[in-house]
Amino acid sequence: MTPLLELDHLTTRYVSARGARVVEAVSDISFRLEAGETLGIVGESGSGKTTLALSIMRLLPPAARIASGAVRFEGEDLVTKSDREMRRLRGKRIAMILQDPMASLNPLFTVGDQVAESLRVHEGASRRTAWSRARELLTAVKIPAPEARVREYPHQLSGGMRQRIVGAIAISCEPRLLIADEPTTSLDVTIQAQYLNLLRELQREHGLALIFITHNLGIVARMCDRVAVMYAGRLVEIGPVRRIFDSPAHPYTRALLESIPRLADSRARLTAIDGQPPDLAALPTGCAFHPRCPKVEDRCRREVPTDVTVAEDHRARCWLAAR
Amino acid sequence: MTLLEVDNLVKHFPVKGGLFGGGGVVRAVDGVSFRIEPGHTVGVVGESGCGKTTTAKVVLGLEAPTSGTLRFEGADLQTLDAAGRRRYRRSVQAVFQDPFASLNPRMRVGAIITEPLVVHEQLGRGQVREHGLRLLDLVGLPERSIDLFPHEFSGGQRQRIAIARALALEPKLIVLDEPVSALDVSIRAQILNLLRDLQARLGLAYLFITHDLAAVAYMSHTVAVMYLGKLVEFGPARAVATEPQHPYTRALFAAALPSHPDERREDVPLAGEVPSPLAPPPGCRFHTRCSAVMERCSREEPPLVHTDGRLVACHLYSPTPGAGPWQPQRAALGSLTSPSFTTGGNP
Repeated sequence: MTPLLELDHLTTRYVSARGARVVEAVSDISFRLEAGETLGIVGESGSGKTTLALSIMRLLPPAARIASGAVRFEGEDLVTKSDREMRRLRGKRIAMILQDPMASLNPLFTVGDQVAESLRVHEGASRRTAWSRARELLTAVKIPAPEARVREYPHQLSGGMRQRIVGAIAISCEPRLLIADEPTTSLDVTIQAQYLNLLRELQREHGLALIFITHNLGIVARMCDRVAVMYAGRLVEIGPVRRIFDSPAHPYTRALLESIPRLADSRARLTAIDGQPPDLAALPTGCAFHPRCPKVEDRCRREVPTDVTVAEDHRARCWLAAR
Repeated sequence: MTLLEVDNLVKHFPVKGGLFGGGGVVRAVDGVSFRIEPGHTVGVVGESGCGKTTTAKVVLGLEAPTSGTLRFEGADLQTLDAAGRRRYRRSVQAVFQDPFASLNPRMRVGAIITEPLVVHEQLGRGQVREHGLRLLDLVGLPERSIDLFPHEFSGGQRQRIAIARALALEPKLIVLDEPVSALDVSIRAQILNLLRDLQARLGLAYLFITHDLAAVAYMSHTVAVMYLGKLVEFGPARAVATEPQHPYTRALFAAALPSHPDERREDVPLAGEVPSPLAPPPGCRFHTRCSAVMERCSREEPPLVHTDGRLVACHLYSPTPGAGPWQPQRAALGSLTSPSFTTGGNP
């Protein structure tokens, strides 16, 4: 069976104005996502996780190009599609939720207009049908008094409610895949919990596949079936969430898991990762993590690790895992 | 001696009426009391608008309190003379969230971290540089950093510079306002560990303000939970984090993200959002969202009472209804913050 989404050796590069500097923000990434599945993509700032999402959506800024590889969605390669075909797909088959809801909503239009817009564009719904659908969608994302809220403007709503509106727009055309890029970073803890529960419910009801881009392993633990860890543009490890949390194969994944404080923690000290994440324009030779790796060997400094299958559905790019 | 004693602190911000009238008072902090002992960390948690940053600003002297008293080493700040105020400002320093905004991009690191020394002390150039190098060593930065500019450093290193500056005057208390929230995940542990090492080495006290519940549990001896300008729970960090008592604290910690996929938390439903501090609900301010709400909650404001080794402001734990005006806060706080209590935790 074809997976819903399949990335095949995808590489995306940013090129400076005169081509003097080339930065590979997404480097040779492959993975599959089945219908209804939730994949978490974790990484620090500059690890390429957002560029990866924008590559899938084909919403890259002008300086960025998909250099090679394929993004197959329902069997069709999105990389070779025309802009027109992509416009028909975006918002309809693949939707996206961004970090800052105020930046995603137009302050000059009412909530109802904005929720109804994609229905009118993609499904040719009349104004009346689209608006009544909009009211239903606001109910679906648990906004109290939807009748009144459709006529309000984004500034009249709280941050949590705005993010719900963005969620309503995202699911309005019943997409198969929803990409959420740090959707709860700007929300308070209890509002975040409400929103994550809502996404879960929507996913179950609509059979959505979800890609969750985050730097927060707690969100991954709570929401995802599988997790992909990115470092310096590469996918360094991917596998089922439980397996990765219990027996991570890559030293970076292990270090990340050990560096996070836990609520009922009795550890006297956190295990910190030395050094800084690398600059993509000046990557270390060999494995990009080697200057910070506690288990570094000679080979790591010279050769880029290959993608190794550690166990069923669990891959890592590390010379140690290769043995 | 108690380092800092905050007693019944109130900070209201008047709001001017707009074009269409309105106006009123934002009750940012509304009667908060707590103590910080030397060498200890008090963590303050709560959601946006709970008053935690305002509390920090008042402690730093950046905002004047509307009412209430702050006592530093026993002396009421309002009665201090100019020299006393100056000593207080030396003793209390701050590290803020964003190390990109808190460091002057046109000053060299050496000048940034020794500026407090130059302002407060008469030192020769050589002495200042020597101090600068010692500060850099203290926060784990190489000597050559002294001649570089902030843009030559990463976020984590910049936060080290900000910490070095805060240490310059050998303060007794440092206010940490979200010190790791702007940093990359792999860097946060470095900074949290550094802060704890410095505390052990220099006997610093911290007022640690954050919304990261796990970080507060890791860093603090005592945790204060705030909601809409009020203290709702105050007690030993481990006890508050693992067995929260106030319904709001329970909901807050239940909403914290798990550290493992198999970790299950108690499901505490929390409906709706935080009401406006312009018009906080009467009675208990949390009653509009509370799952255990009772009839009296909307009428009577619950006092902070001593229960299960901590202070909780909730009618579930308060003595018989209508027992007259409530007084025991000072006494309860006193027994709570006795040395045996505050040194009990092992963060």
